[in-house]
Amino acid sequence: MIPELGSFALMLAFCVALLQGVVPIAASLRNNGAGGAARWMALARPAAYSQAVLVTIAFACLVHAFVVNDFSVLYVASHSNTALPLQYRISAVWGGHEGSLLLWVEILVLWTAAVALLSRQLPAEMLARVLGVMGLISVGFLAFTLWTSNPFERLLPAALQGQDLNPLLQDIGMIAHPPLLYMGYVGFSVAFAFAIAALIGGQLDAAWARWSRPWTLVAWSFMTLGIFLGSFWAYYELGWGGWWFWDAVENASFMPWLVGTALIHSLSVTEKRGSFKNWTVLLAIMAFALSLLGTFLVRSGVLTSVHAFATDPSRGLFILVFLALVVGGSLLLYAWRAPSVGLGGRFAAISRESALLANNVLLVAAAGTVLLGTLYPLFLDALDMGKISVGPPYFETVFVPLMAPMLLLLAAGPFLRWKQAGFKDVRSLRWVGVAAVLCAIAAAVAVGSSPLLVMGLTLAAWILLATVWHLLQRLRVFEDNRTRFSHRLGSLPGSYWGMLIAHAGIGVFVIGVTLVKGREISHDVPLQAGDVHQVGGYDFRFIGAKNVQGPNYSAVRGTFEVTRDGKPVATLSPEKRQFASGGMPMTEAAIHRGPTRDLYLALGEEVAPGKWVVRIQHKPFVAWIWGGALLIGFGGLLAALDKRYRLKRSGRSAA
Amino acid sequence: MKPRHKRLALVGAGLTLLALAAWLISSAFQKNLVFSVTPTEVLQSHAGDRSVRMGGLVEAGSLKRAADGLTVDFIITDLAQRVPVRYKGMLPDLFKEGKGAVVQGKLSAGGVFLADEVLAKHDENYMPPDAAHALKQAAEQAAAKDKK
Repeated sequence: MIPELGSFALMLAFCVALLQGVVPIAASLRNNGAGGAARWMALARPAAYSQAVLVTIAFACLVHAFVVNDFSVLYVASHSNTALPLQYRISAVWGGHEGSLLLWVEILVLWTAAVALLSRQLPAEMLARVLGVMGLISVGFLAFTLWTSNPFERLLPAALQGQDLNPLLQDIGMIAHPPLLYMGYVGFSVAFAFAIAALIGGQLDAAWARWSRPWTLVAWSFMTLGIFLGSFWAYYELGWGGWWFWDAVENASFMPWLVGTALIHSLSVTEKRGSFKNWTVLLAIMAFALSLLGTFLVRSGVLTSVHAFATDPSRGLFILVFLALVVGGSLLLYAWRAPSVGLGGRFAAISRESALLANNVLLVAAAGTVLLGTLYPLFLDALDMGKISVGPPYFETVFVPLMAPMLLLLAAGPFLRWKQAGFKDVRSLRWVGVAAVLCAIAAAVAVGSSPLLVMGLTLAAWILLATVWHLLQRLRVFEDNRTRFSHRLGSLPGSYWGMLIAHAGIGVFVIGVTLVKGREISHDVPLQAGDVHQVGGYDFRFIGAKNVQGPNYSAVRGTFEVTRDGKPVATLSPEKRQFASGGMPMTEAAIHRGPTRDLYLALGEEVAPGKWVVRIQHKPFVAWIWGGALLIGFGGLLAALDKRYRLKRSGRSAA
Repeated sequence: MKPRHKRLALVGAGLTLLALAAWLISSAFQKNLVFSVTPTEVLQSHAGDRSVRMGGLVEAGSLKRAADGLTVDFIITDLAQRVPVRYKGMLPDLFKEGKGAVVQGKLSAGGVFLADEVLAKHDENYMPPDAAHALKQAAEQAAAKDKK
């Protein structure tokens, strides 16, 4: 009964979404100032709210089915069982294709409701169009859910017991990762809706950029945190000690992030200077299209087997048609409207605009390389033209030369003035550059050097020092008396702090990546009880292995005592788990974390009685990768909370 | 410089940058893409200096461990041809005799496939696509021979 209620709520939501997508936009086009059209446009807001309520009801119905183990629902039976702890039964809601689609729609309607609630100052026409576009996106997704991937489909007769959720996904990181990432994916739909609404109205102005900016920043921050969580999970759960594999699943989220990064920078130019308008719109369309592509790539099964995917053509066809409509439709609108937009403020070859333009070109080129490496093998396979794979070597070869100039620019960009800058703006940076090189050389001498290591550390030091230098200059620390220092500190806007923190986060991240890449040590060694093996100055003594019993698995647990120069550091217990429900063994690594290094231990197999192959890894500065990613994400959130966006709003609503 | 010339210079610089990026990408792509091959195809080609990815079944009873406890030898087969493989290091959780596996590496002059990676991104029931492809191809070729 309750699953049918969920289905019914989805159908109603579909009708409401259709209403929300068609009527307000149509009315806004015929708006001649008379009252009639205004009343029709005003339909958008209540429609958005009721759609949110309806989809939330459906979502709650699915959660309920998982909580009470309703195995008469096919989706529940194939993704959950009674032995699963409650929190994993709930996260199993988005463990498969159908449920994650519903989560997508749920987050979409929540974003829509948030826009309806917080955009009271938007002109009525603009709001009607923004909500209308989001309604149309919702129509597409609800239709996809209802007709090809209904999570409420019944299984008759009901199964007695469900299948297990993949043990790898039974983890707290995996509970939070998809919702966070989806907040990002779906959040770009707001930026997209604003762009399309502005195109329809032909008003691509600074006001549009100012409305769009905080939404885009929030979405981008969520996406950053979502990607971070996925990578963090892969690091401790997959048992290999890697944190980024250039896997198609990861690339699917990285592409919209790269374009989204370009978008938030391009939006700042549009808001401040009125330039880049066309380009910003194009980026917003691209970011959302890549988000759609990412969702489908990961959840539709096309990655595991192109051919299996093609044998069930209804889903594939729907996806292709929907993508074609969204991308084709918006590009058509763009082609029609863009020529009338105008160029906005002019700028010189050396100016902040130019620096940001270069940043945009590099980021989009980077996204293009990832797209090529991810989709090309799929195309070849689908056309039966041979099977190839494109691995980390390709991505690394391409990424270093693309990102190095970008990191160089990143530090200098904020020093350049808008419109027309000169070398005098960046003259003081020469000392920062010298200091960065010295820092890097000192660090490289301390830990051992390679050209790539020195380059990475120089860039990181350059970014960090220049960021601090920019703050000091802005506070005019070296100029006059300190009495007004605290006043100046307090008057710096949130968006400025956000930028500084995110940029510093990039520096921290680069340090982590450089040192992990260049200085990590990994040994595979066979050990017997009592054996000692030394890695990175730490002695690992194997005490022994014994069988242990977990809640829904049995495991072999090895015990290792780690010492350094005779002093105890930690006791580590990596495990090899065998889950009761499935035949898949799993390596549970043991990690001792530290600010400057992680010790990473994974148990292999027993090669002779009492003799185990063990992988021991010493990974310097891994924590800096996570720290950097968190700083980047929180920097974005801080910038989104800038008072400026809210002040303008209250000012407008009062007027 | 007139503004128009400036803009032209800017556009030119941008295009140069794009061309450079395109060149970089295509050359990196050419150099680093890895072809998936079947054991039959590996034996038909000669020992090469390019890494390839070979899928098939791990022949039952073929897994041997060297005295160092780390080096393993096994045979990957598509049921038509058998290729001896050597790998040093920890094997993934899902590596089992009689199951599908994918190895990445090069065929040495001595006819042993030296793997530097053993991949196992699949669950216990599921055959990796590369391995399934190799078996299917070999079966099709055998069927074609029978007809002759």
